Amino acid sequence: MANAKGQGFEGDLLVVLRHGPHGTSWLREGLDAALVAAAFGRRVTLLFMGEGVTALVPGQKSGPLGQKGTSPTLEMLEMYDIDTLLVEAEALAWLGLRAEELMLSATAVEATELSMLASTHSLVLTF
Amino acid sequence: MMRYAILLMGAPYSSQAAHSALRFARAVAARGHRLEGVFFYHDGVHNAARLAAPPQDEPHLVDGWAALAADHGVPLQVCIAAALRRGLLDEREAARHGKQGHSVEPPFELTGLGQLVDLGLRCDRLVTFGP
Repeated sequence: MANAKGQGFEGDLLVVLRHGPHGTSWLREGLDAALVAAAFGRRVTLLFMGEGVTALVPGQKSGPLGQKGTSPTLEMLEMYDIDTLLVEAEALAWLGLRAEELMLSATAVEATELSMLASTHSLVLTF
Repeated sequence: MMRYAILLMGAPYSSQAAHSALRFARAVAARGHRLEGVFFYHDGVHNAARLAAPPQDEPHLVDGWAALAADHGVPLQVCIAAALRRGLLDEREAARHGKQGHSVEPPFELTGLGQLVDLGLRCDRLVTFGP
């Protein structure tokens, strides 16, 4: 597991999610890529950055637009063996959230540790 | 020689992404590197629109991609899920969904996201272009 420097986070694919659950399809399409990679047996790490952290606020159901909410997808992550969820610590603070309030267990990562994630994963996809 | 792949997530003419991606693709080939594939995802799937008819004094991006495939044998892979919901269907999908006409034709091929992951892991560099 991760040590204090975040060096323990490694895998085949790092999926960086930078958009919130509503307004655009970035989050949904990013999660789709993560799920497909996991279904093909790849080790996937999810990193929620900036506004993307709001995806983990509980209760992201479908809204008046009739688009699918992202909560059901996020709840499936464990089934796909995606269990390394990271959130940008700075974004948590900026949004006034605490890691314990999020709908899934996620590790807060400091800015200085973020750059290392790119080198501990073979492929990085940013949405 | 390096093995490159491109992930394009910007629609043609809406942002610079598609223009830059095509120019980068040509540069990769011109420098003697290998471009293993271009994957179209998110709004990038619109680059596969067979019916695109831009003004004649603007670069024709759809034809540009097709020329890249013809000249350098680069596979043009389009995410099928992202394409279908945006109205981009090849002949087979059009028939399957009971639609008249189709909007995607070879050398573009509808394929799954697994191909993107494969492509990214197989190449030395996956370069993403988005809005």
